[in-house]
Amino acid sequence: MPEDLKHVADDYQWGFKDDVEPELALKGLTPETVKRISEAKGEPAWMTEFRLKALEIFYKLPMPKWGPDLTALERQLDDFFYYVKPPSKGVADRWEDVPEEIKRTYERLGIPEAERKVLAGVGAQYDSEMVYHKIKEELEKKGVIYVSIEEGLREYEEIFRKYFAKIVPPSDNKFAALNSAVWSGGSFVYVPPGVEVDVPLQAYFRVNTAGFGQFERTLIIVDEGAKVHYIEGCTAPLYTTEALHTGVIEIYVHKNANSRYTTIQNWPTNMYNLVTQRAVVEEGAYHMWLDGNLGSKVTMKYPSSILKGRGARAEVLSIAFAKSGQHLDTGAKLIHLAEDTSGSIVSKSISKGDGRASYRGLVKVNRNAERAKANVECDALLIDTESKTDTYPYMEIENETAQIGHEATVSRLADDQIFYLQTRGLPEDEAAALIVRGFIEPVAKALPLEFAVELNRLIELEMEGSVG
Amino acid sequence: MAKSLEIQDLWVSHDGKMILKGVNLSLPLGEVHALMGPNGAGKSTLGKVIAGDQAYTVERGRVLLNGEDITGLEPDERARKGLFLAFQYPLEVPGVSIANFLRLALKERLGRDVPVTEFYARLQEGLKTLEWDEEVLGRYLNEGFSGGEKKRNEILQLLVLRPQVAILDETDSGLDIDALKVVARGVNSMRGPEFSALVITHYQRLLNYIVPDVVHVMMDGRVVKTGGPELALELEARGYDWLKEEVAHAGGS
Repeated sequence: MPEDLKHVADDYQWGFKDDVEPELALKGLTPETVKRISEAKGEPAWMTEFRLKALEIFYKLPMPKWGPDLTALERQLDDFFYYVKPPSKGVADRWEDVPEEIKRTYERLGIPEAERKVLAGVGAQYDSEMVYHKIKEELEKKGVIYVSIEEGLREYEEIFRKYFAKIVPPSDNKFAALNSAVWSGGSFVYVPPGVEVDVPLQAYFRVNTAGFGQFERTLIIVDEGAKVHYIEGCTAPLYTTEALHTGVIEIYVHKNANSRYTTIQNWPTNMYNLVTQRAVVEEGAYHMWLDGNLGSKVTMKYPSSILKGRGARAEVLSIAFAKSGQHLDTGAKLIHLAEDTSGSIVSKSISKGDGRASYRGLVKVNRNAERAKANVECDALLIDTESKTDTYPYMEIENETAQIGHEATVSRLADDQIFYLQTRGLPEDEAAALIVRGFIEPVAKALPLEFAVELNRLIELEMEGSVG
Repeated sequence: MAKSLEIQDLWVSHDGKMILKGVNLSLPLGEVHALMGPNGAGKSTLGKVIAGDQAYTVERGRVLLNGEDITGLEPDERARKGLFLAFQYPLEVPGVSIANFLRLALKERLGRDVPVTEFYARLQEGLKTLEWDEEVLGRYLNEGFSGGEKKRNEILQLLVLRPQVAILDETDSGLDIDALKVVARGVNSMRGPEFSALVITHYQRLLNYIVPDVVHVMMDGRVVKTGGPELALELEARGYDWLKEEVAHAGGS
């Protein structure tokens, strides 16, 4: 491992590589690759066509120029592996049936244990394919579907087709088009009317192959009055070559339903993480995006909520922690289409070393959306003098009854604050970590416990020797 | 009597300007001393330097705690040895509740894990002395506190952490008379053979409630006069000018 990556590897707990030989690996972005992926999955013809059309759209759309620098990524696009199939007999529903080396990885990450203790269902994706998927029996009996996206297409094609790519069409943006062409893995979730899933469903994404692109696709349908919380976590080994993660998440929250989607991405710092997440929220329904961005080299991610029905509500809680070498361009979008809709965005970012955290958000209120309410609060904390942050809050308000609030603050970790805590006996590093933890507290307290613990551990690690 | 805190010929600069010019001061264990003086005399600087504020440069001299030279120690090391500074302007730390913060601080102060029962016993006692509702423990450290609440919170920390030496930097400023009495009661409850305090104040008023054993007067970066509690009353009655003349005269002789 080159010297410059060493310190990163020391800090990155999940940087171990697993010794797993893939069954099939497809390199390069061509119609041939796309066809072979579709073939390997035994897809219906309409999906193959959809993929090929999406690839054309991808070719046509320009690279986004308004955000982080993607020129290095653009040069590498033909060198990635677009499909890597791990050795497996398909998606297991018992950990015993997951290949030994892969199972060991998930055991090191504590997934089977978490499943036993706190989760309603678990999905595990390894490179391109889901290797494990299981939901608690009592939920299955109530008609809750939690399967791999491939199985969703195979077994529930009718529902699948009704929603797939309707919320995020391939033409939405270049990377949504890319995902649409080469998507593989991800989850399909359907919660029937009135069914409340009280404990979270969790999906765990692991990249193992060097120079790999992961393109999971998740479709969640929460039917009328139903409730669900879906969590995704991401890690990978640290390679010298760069990697790409481009997911598309579509969520349909029906009338009076309640849904929550939590992401904690802790990709290594050579990962481009370009994800499109969007939810449609119907009348009286509620959706929350909880978005934690800790890892990656570049992240561009703006979870969107389309408030489509009267009285629909959405909340976004976002944490970004940009360390040296990272540019995290994150935020959220609230699109108010109906009357009495309300939305709130709270974004907390921390920049350390030469890291850069940007908030980019949009609040749009349609002409017909009477009495819409939106509130945006974005706070940035800078740890070092060379740390950077910027804020791009866009507002498009077409209805004059809208109530819109926006508040942004930038603060720097202050010596006098640290001194104050030190005079109470807290060592300097601990004082700094406490201030950082306090800064993100309003968002962190909404996190599932194990993620909150993980986040605290990361902050402590990052604040060691960072001041003074 | 054992010297709890001792300042020996302390010279301190800030941004190239000498602020303390040879401070000598002895605070024996079990005593409460007042440190008075006009604005700009260097009182608050002395308090911060004793606590280890690295914004200031010690050019010469030493600070001793129980005979040990602590001049080069970090602020937290000093705190763990039993030193406490109640700030004139306490800082706000959003998102950190008083209860969480004090639990961490007490653990550091005692150098061991603190059972919840022991921690709450200390908190309850402190809150009772300060006539404060338990509800305050869930509030974030000083965030949105009034000036008076911040000062009261400093004394709550004092009562929970129970240091050996406390420096109170203008704890009386910005307090109405009722709050002043409450704060004084907090400090007085700590008094005993194992505790000493240096009470920095501009006014005699606080000293009606925290009666000092000894009064020091600072001017232009030095302690120029030391006396009994009556010295504070004399300063209250006559101001500082006569002392300035006396010092100038002594300097000239």
